[in-house]
Amino acid sequence: MAIPPLPVEELIRLYGPSLKYSPPGGWTQSSAHSDDKLVKTHCCFCGQQCGLQLRVRSNEVIGFEPWDEFPFNHGMLCPKGVKRYLQGSHPDRLLDPLIRTAGGFRKAGWDEALRTTADRLRDIQLKHGPDSVAVLGGASLISEKSYLLGKFARVALGTRHIDYNGRLCMVSAGTAYKLALGVDRNPNPWSDIPEAQVVLVAGSNVAECFPITTDYLWRMRDNGGKLIIVDPRRTPISRNADLYLPVKPGMDVALFAGILHVVLREGLEDREFITHHTTGFDEVAEYVKQWDPRRTAEATGVPPESIEKAAMWFGTAERAMALHARGIEHHSHGVENVLSLVNLCLATGNIGRKGAGPNMITGQGNGQGGREHGQKCDQLPGQRHIEDPAAREYIAKVWGVTPESLPHAGLTAMEIFEAIHRGEIKGLLSICFNPLVSLPDAGYIREALNKLEFFGIIDFFLSETAHHADVVLAGSLQEEEEGIVCSGEGRVIKINKAVDPPGNARGDSRIIVDLAHHLGKGEYFQFPSTREIFAELRVASKGGTADYSGITWERLEKEMGLFWPVPSEDHPGTPRLFEGGHFKHPDGKAHFLVAEVKPGGDPLDGEYPLHLTTGRVVSQFLSGTQTRRIGPLVDQYPEPKVEIHPQLAAKHGIVNGDLVTVTSRRSSVTLPAMVVRTIRPDTVFIPYHWPGRRSANNLTHRTLDPRSKIPEYKNSACRIAKAEMPAGMKSNGELNVLGGR
Amino acid sequence: MHGFEFYVDPSRCIGCQSCVNACGECGTHRGVSMIHLDYFDREWTTAATPMVCMHCDDPTCAQVCPADAIKKGEDGVVRSALKPRCIACSNCVLACPFGVPKMQVEMELMMKCDMCYDRTSVGLRPMCATVCPSQALMYVTPAEAARLRRDTPSNTFHFGNQTVETKVFMYLPQGEEALEVDVIHDMWRPEQ
Repeated sequence: MAIPPLPVEELIRLYGPSLKYSPPGGWTQSSAHSDDKLVKTHCCFCGQQCGLQLRVRSNEVIGFEPWDEFPFNHGMLCPKGVKRYLQGSHPDRLLDPLIRTAGGFRKAGWDEALRTTADRLRDIQLKHGPDSVAVLGGASLISEKSYLLGKFARVALGTRHIDYNGRLCMVSAGTAYKLALGVDRNPNPWSDIPEAQVVLVAGSNVAECFPITTDYLWRMRDNGGKLIIVDPRRTPISRNADLYLPVKPGMDVALFAGILHVVLREGLEDREFITHHTTGFDEVAEYVKQWDPRRTAEATGVPPESIEKAAMWFGTAERAMALHARGIEHHSHGVENVLSLVNLCLATGNIGRKGAGPNMITGQGNGQGGREHGQKCDQLPGQRHIEDPAAREYIAKVWGVTPESLPHAGLTAMEIFEAIHRGEIKGLLSICFNPLVSLPDAGYIREALNKLEFFGIIDFFLSETAHHADVVLAGSLQEEEEGIVCSGEGRVIKINKAVDPPGNARGDSRIIVDLAHHLGKGEYFQFPSTREIFAELRVASKGGTADYSGITWERLEKEMGLFWPVPSEDHPGTPRLFEGGHFKHPDGKAHFLVAEVKPGGDPLDGEYPLHLTTGRVVSQFLSGTQTRRIGPLVDQYPEPKVEIHPQLAAKHGIVNGDLVTVTSRRSSVTLPAMVVRTIRPDTVFIPYHWPGRRSANNLTHRTLDPRSKIPEYKNSACRIAKAEMPAGMKSNGELNVLGGR
Repeated sequence: MHGFEFYVDPSRCIGCQSCVNACGECGTHRGVSMIHLDYFDREWTTAATPMVCMHCDDPTCAQVCPADAIKKGEDGVVRSALKPRCIACSNCVLACPFGVPKMQVEMELMMKCDMCYDRTSVGLRPMCATVCPSQALMYVTPAEAARLRRDTPSNTFHFGNQTVETKVFMYLPQGEEALEVDVIHDMWRPEQ
C-alpha cells in the first residue's frame, strides 16, 4: 500500500515546495566573481526549446545569459526561461535515495535503494506475471533517457506497459497527423510563420504557453498577414488578432466544418492539389454540406459573418497556416478536432510549402523526441509501430534479443492508472511524471497510487506523486546530463551538461542502467554514458520514420540542430515535410478523413450547466514540480483563480476576489474569482499547476479519446456558487496587479 | 552598440514579465529590476505595457534634482543617481513624466533603467530587449526597424505645455475606430 507516510503538511515542511529567489552565494557574491564557464544549452521547459547559456561557477548554475545566435529564439526567453536556473542548488533538492518507513522517509545508500527497487518489482512479476508492473516516463527527458527507458521496460522488466506523460500532450495531434499525412511530426519550420498570409491559431494560448511564437506571429502581421484566433478565451495573443472566433468548448469540429463549408461553397478549394495528392475528399465535402454558417453559429456561438470571413481569408490566401495546441486536442474527440483542421489545409492546398500547412505546437521540452524512440506504449525506436513484424525484428536485432521476447503494445498512461485501480497492475516505476497533479480526476489517481504494492520513483524533487513512493531514487536535472531533444519544430538539438548532480544524486541514465544490472539484464545495458546510448539510438532509428542515423552530437552543435529525418551523415536534414505533395502513406497521398461533430464525455445538464476548461499560465509549467519552487515565478501568479465573465458572476452575486466553489460530477474546488470579460459567459477557466485542494484536476473527468487516449481536460461540466470567506480573510475586491494576473 | 536604438511597441506586449525577470539579472544591479510593467484593467483586457527609461534629451529628473545627482552620458543615456550625491528626496520619482525612477529605500538611492550600458558597451543588447518574446522591446538600427515594422516610431511627447524629446522611440498604435474587448461582442446573438 503506497500511502504517504506523513500528513501532506509535514511532507511539504520537509521536502518543499520552498521558494528560491537568488542564485548560490546571493546576488552580491554571484556578481562579484567571474564565471567558470558559459554553457550553451536549451531551456528545460516547453517544446519551443529556446537556446540559452547557463553561467556556471564551482559546479553550480549561478545565472543565465541570452544566446543570441541560436536561430529559433535569437536570445528571446519567457520568464520561465529567465529564471529556470534557480532550480539548481535548490534547498528542496533530493541529495540521497529515500526509502519510506512507518514515520516518513529515511536516507538510503544507492545499493540498498536500487536492490530494493529491482527485487520488489521482480517479486511482483514472479507472482503476478510480467505485465503486473508498469513503467511511466516523461517528455522532459532527453531522448537518450526516453530510449533507455523504453528498452529497460521491454528488455530488463519485460513488461508491455510503458507509457509517458506525453499522453496528456501530443497524442491527439500525432494520431491525426499519422492518419492523415502518414507521419507524426510538425510539418513546417517556425521560420515559415512570418511568410504566411493567414495564420489560424486554434486552441493555443500562445502568449503564455509558447511565448516565443508571439514574435513569429507579430512578424507575420508586420508582413501584411492576418491572424485568426479560435479560443473560448481572449488570451493575450488575441490582442492583435484580426479576427477572433470565441468557439464554444467542444465545438471545434463544427467550426472547422463550417469554415470548410464556405470554402467549398465559394469554390476556393485547390482542385488540382486535391486530385493529385489526396484521397477521400468527396466524403468530407459531403459531410460539411450540412454545416452552413447559420447552423455552425448555433453550435459554436461564433457569428456567421465571422465564419464567412475566416473562410474567405483562409481560402483565398496563397499561403495559410493553421497552428493548434491542447485547446483542440484535449477532448474525447481530439483526433477529430485535429483532422478537421488538417482537412481545411488539405482542401485549400495549404501544405508542403513555405508558409503553408497545419502545425502542432508541442507542449513539452522533448514532446516530439520523447515519443519517437520507445517510451510510448505502441512504438519502438524510430517511430516504428510495435506490432509491425519488420520493426520488431529489426529492433530485436539491435538489442540482441529475439523478436518473440519483445512485449506487444501496452496500456496508455491513464489506462495504466485504471489497471492499477482495478488491481491488475501492482508495481510501478515512474520518472519525470507527476500524475497526482497532471492526470484528470485526482481523487481517483490518489486511490490508485494508494493501492500499489510497490512504487519506485526517480525524481530530483519530492513531487506530490512521490509522496506515495516506497523508494525514491534521487535523479538528475536536465542540465546534469548530456544528450539531445527534438523541439516542436522537429529540430533535433543538443542539450549540454553544465554541472554534476549534487550530493549523492545520480544521473537518471545511470540509475536506469544500474537497475537493469540489478535485474540481471546488465549485458543489454552496457552504457558508460549517454554518448553510448545515443550511438545505439542512431542505429535503432535507422530506416525508421524518425531516422536519426545521420545525426551526431557534433553536427547538432555545429549546425544549430537538424530536422529529422537525417538518414546519412551528409544529409542536410528535412526542415519542411511533404514538399511537392509527397506524403508518408504507402500511396504517397494525404488522406482526407471525415471528422464528425461528437458530444464530449461529461455533458452539460441543468445541474452542471457550465463548461470548465483548464490550461496554463505563463509563469508556471505543467504540474509545477520545478516552477512552484522558483520564487519569482510563484510571485507572478501565486495561486489558481477561477476566470468568470462578469455576466455569469453577477448571476451568482460574485465580485472579483470572492471565493467561488466550482463543483463537477467528481468533486469541488474553492478558489478566488477573477472576473474578466475575456472568457465566454458559459465557461469558467482554472489553471492546473497546483496540487491538493486547489487542483483543477479534482474536477476534470476521465473520458479519453478512443484513438489517442488523451483525457478531455478542456471540457468538463460544472456549476459555480459563491463561497463564504473564511473568518479573518477578506476580499480585496481587486486584482493584485503583479500577484494576481 | 553604435547606431542601435531602443524601440517600445506597447501593442505587442503580452504581459509575460520576461523583461521584469531579466532586468533583475543584469550584472550592475543584479537582484533589482528597474523595468515597469503595467496591466491596464484586467477585467476588460489582457493588454499590458512595459516602460523603460525614455532617456530624455533634457531629462526632467535631472532638472528637478536638488543634489545634481543625475547625469546624462555622451551616449544620450541618463544614468541612475550618483550614490555619493543622491539624497533620496524622490523629487525625480515624482517629476518624471513617464514614472520611471524608483527609490530604493534601503539603499537611499534612486535607481532606474540605464539601457544596460554595461552590456551595450561590450556589444550586447540590453537584457530586456534581448529576451522580450513579443519584441515589444526591441534594440536594432533604425534601418532594421524600418524594415521590420509597419508602424511609425515617435520620440516626441507632449505633457501639457511640456514637450519631451527622448532617445527611446515608441510605436504609435494603428488607427482603430473602436476597440472591442468583451467576448460577448464577438459571439453570435440570434435575431430576436
